[in-house]
Amino acid sequence: MSTPIKRKQYCTFQLGNLDFGVEVLNVQEVMLQPTITSVPLAPPVVRGLMNLRGQIVPSIDLRERLELPTDSERLPMCVVLTSDDGPVSLLVDQIGDVVEIGEEAFEPTPATVQGETRNIVAGVYKLEKRLLLVLDVERALTFELETSGAA
Amino acid sequence: MIELDELVHDFLIESCENLDRIDRDLVVLEKTPEDLSIVAGVFRSIHSIKGACGFLGFTRLESVSHVGENLLSKLRDGELSVTEEITSSLLSLVDAVRSMLGDIEKTGKDGNNEYAELVAELSRLQALEVEHQAEAFPEYFPAAAVNPQSTTAPATEVTEPAATTEVKPTASVTAVAEPAPKNETPAEAKKTPAAAPAAPANQAGGESKAPSAADNNIRVDVGLLDKLMNLVGELVLARNQILQVSATLENPTLIATTQRLNLITTELQEGVMKTRMQPIGNIWSKLPRVVRDLALSCSKQVRVEMEGAETELDKTIIEAIKDPLTHIVRNSVDHGIEAPEVRVTRGKPAEGRLSLRAYHESGQVILEINDDGNGIDGKRVKAKAVERGLLTQEQADKLPDREAIYLIFLPGFSTAEKITNVSGRGVGMDVVKTNIERIGGLVDIQSNLGFGSTIRIRIPLTLAIIPALMVSCEGNRFAIPQVSLLELLRVEPEETSTKIEWVNGTPVIRLRGNLLPLVSLGQELKLCSREKAFQSGINVVVLQADDRQFGLVIDEIQDTGEIVVKPLSKRLKSIPVYAGATILGDGQVALILDVMQLAQRANIVSESRNANTSDSDGLLENDVSAANTQSLLIFESCDGQACAVQLSTLTRLEEVKLSSLETSGGQTVIQYRDQIMPLIDMSLALGGRAIEAIESSEASENEQTTQVLVYGSEGKAIGLMVHRISDIVHEELKIVSSSTRPGIAYTAVVQGRVTEIIDVCQLIQHYAPEFSDNACSLSSRITVVDPNESDSPEQLTPTEAV
Repeated sequence: MSTPIKRKQYCTFQLGNLDFGVEVLNVQEVMLQPTITSVPLAPPVVRGLMNLRGQIVPSIDLRERLELPTDSERLPMCVVLTSDDGPVSLLVDQIGDVVEIGEEAFEPTPATVQGETRNIVAGVYKLEKRLLLVLDVERALTFELETSGAA
Repeated sequence: MIELDELVHDFLIESCENLDRIDRDLVVLEKTPEDLSIVAGVFRSIHSIKGACGFLGFTRLESVSHVGENLLSKLRDGELSVTEEITSSLLSLVDAVRSMLGDIEKTGKDGNNEYAELVAELSRLQALEVEHQAEAFPEYFPAAAVNPQSTTAPATEVTEPAATTEVKPTASVTAVAEPAPKNETPAEAKKTPAAAPAAPANQAGGESKAPSAADNNIRVDVGLLDKLMNLVGELVLARNQILQVSATLENPTLIATTQRLNLITTELQEGVMKTRMQPIGNIWSKLPRVVRDLALSCSKQVRVEMEGAETELDKTIIEAIKDPLTHIVRNSVDHGIEAPEVRVTRGKPAEGRLSLRAYHESGQVILEINDDGNGIDGKRVKAKAVERGLLTQEQADKLPDREAIYLIFLPGFSTAEKITNVSGRGVGMDVVKTNIERIGGLVDIQSNLGFGSTIRIRIPLTLAIIPALMVSCEGNRFAIPQVSLLELLRVEPEETSTKIEWVNGTPVIRLRGNLLPLVSLGQELKLCSREKAFQSGINVVVLQADDRQFGLVIDEIQDTGEIVVKPLSKRLKSIPVYAGATILGDGQVALILDVMQLAQRANIVSESRNANTSDSDGLLENDVSAANTQSLLIFESCDGQACAVQLSTLTRLEEVKLSSLETSGGQTVIQYRDQIMPLIDMSLALGGRAIEAIESSEASENEQTTQVLVYGSEGKAIGLMVHRISDIVHEELKIVSSSTRPGIAYTAVVQGRVTEIIDVCQLIQHYAPEFSDNACSLSSRITVVDPNESDSPEQLTPTEAV
């Protein structure tokens, strides 16, 4: 990066009509969604488990996470993120470009944004024609598990 | 090469690594003498070598490294500054240590060379202010070929290859050829490079000598091994696919190649598996020290014997049993083995014996920890358990001593009279048990009062690969570990209505005379409704959880195979019914079921058993052999008294409408499967009100039903009407008292409640004599365990028991 220090690269993806960005450093790879094995008793956010070259990776349905209507027609893409607990795959609608944005375009999430979106969006970048929502990876991957289970 | 103690072996490898690092550091140090952090690093390395040899008893090596350490500490503290001379002598020290390590490796001793001159030189340097001095010292270590006269050049020439492991042949060869040992025998001169893996002579020389320990071993990150393991797993999948494809193509060359690929992959897989295996001796080697220290602090004498230290286990298992093992050993020394004077009066040698044994048995590893101490006193254990409130006096009284020893696995239990720093704080054997069970192991304990005790741990070889049965349910595939698998059953669609019976809404099936509760996997995992699960023919997998058996109803039984267990993401760990996940032959992921958790979820094994410490019967039961346990159907009589009948004698359970009851010749009867079945009102028989009266007062008009236990076969059946069926339990029966009234075989405590066990045979004889032959021929004998009697359970017919 030859640009000034305060520029970051974001991997972007679309979900419905929203543009999201994840810092490239958090992204391991991007791929078409492979076959997913569903996990009974898991919350609906967990679409299932997939085999990523011998590694078992949980798939999180970001539409479900954002309480967006599920669109079963579309063949979703996977953004495989690195996390403390190994890779986690996010199911999204479409993968966009990798963009480099300066820190000056950043603003915290407007207070009027409510619900789950507010929870998992760390802030907003003002791009020329659109807004890029920065995903708070840690929070996006945290969800309530059914605890009643065997207890 | 002589056999080396594991500890010494590790020490050699570690020290060689340390020496290599020192070599590198010293060279850097020479260029940046002011960098004290390097000095500190060198100091630490030398210090750890010194410390280890003190521990292992290599006094010469220790004393040589000690002077070096002194010198380094002065350097580190800034009292001396680094000079070429000091560096050179330190390098000589490194070589001397190497040479001694070589001796240790070959002979087990640290050689005869005192290295007096080096020691003197190092001491002199240490006492010295910075000044010039004589240079002759390194000649005593010719292999190093350090020549301080020509200052930097030769010194770096030797050390440089050590640092970069890049060898200039000429330099190395001269290094070997040069030595004209004065104080060393030629043999020793040869050994010197042998111990130094990075030393130029060793690499360039290529002499035919036994490779040293450090040459044969490299340290590998376990993470890397795991990754290799994953990749091999993937390779296996790819191979499987190629095998399938090649079978269809019928190309001989391809088939031959695939077969070779097949063999190689299998071998590769085994090889990678082996890399994770470690001898159990690795963790045993620390135990003698533990025992020694502990014995000393308790003023006891204990000798440790080991057998089978070479038995290999997966690294993760080794790690997992380390702490439990240490705890058991401590317990044995602290509680088991008596003080020497006590032992002598008992006619035992003053020195106690603690033996550790490891061996393979049917695909598992057995670990035995045996001591010849006092054994476990069942009476004392009981007294302690009562004192700690883990058991009531009454429960304790009826508990045989030989079973009482299992109480030590209860949480919060300790028999230690006084709390020592080693044991007696009440956390202990229960944790041992939990930890071992967590890795799929089992703990058993045997005690011979006065002669010692044996703890036997049974653990799987590896956690990574387990044999499993693949089943499917509602389109999902699951793996069930073979360990808990007992058998497979198939109920054909036309049999479902007759074979599956219902106890108060709970499906059961009769398996060789015993009722087996059924659990639908689809229902437990919320994949389908119960109605659907039992609609058509079913496949049942009979599983063992704890001491209970249950049948898991699944859609399809697929095949068996070895699966590679992979942990679930932490995010999914809180769903307890999965033990992990695996990747199947087609590359898809399948979940591995945790049978124990599944049973808990389905209430086959109640969780309160494990959580509730006062329920000692339940906990004990897990450990007691299943030979004495019985399956009982418990129902409540009208006055709330718990009654039970043996499940095995029961033919069927029915729910009948009160309105369908009829009377014939003073006997209540019902039309049942095209025959007239007489009914005995248990409530009346036990001296209460008629069930008909109770039920009609309780239930609303159209729901007046009662439950009927059907005995006997078709055509000649008799029913017992009961008020309310409450539970089915598997329990070991302990007689509390014999019968108090007719129709009752005896009274026992079942699930913490005093329960009257009905003597069905006698009852039928009394109320319907004409049926007694048939019913009694079916009803099997009751196994009775009398705590006052012998160890073997007696067989009594119900009538005899009264």
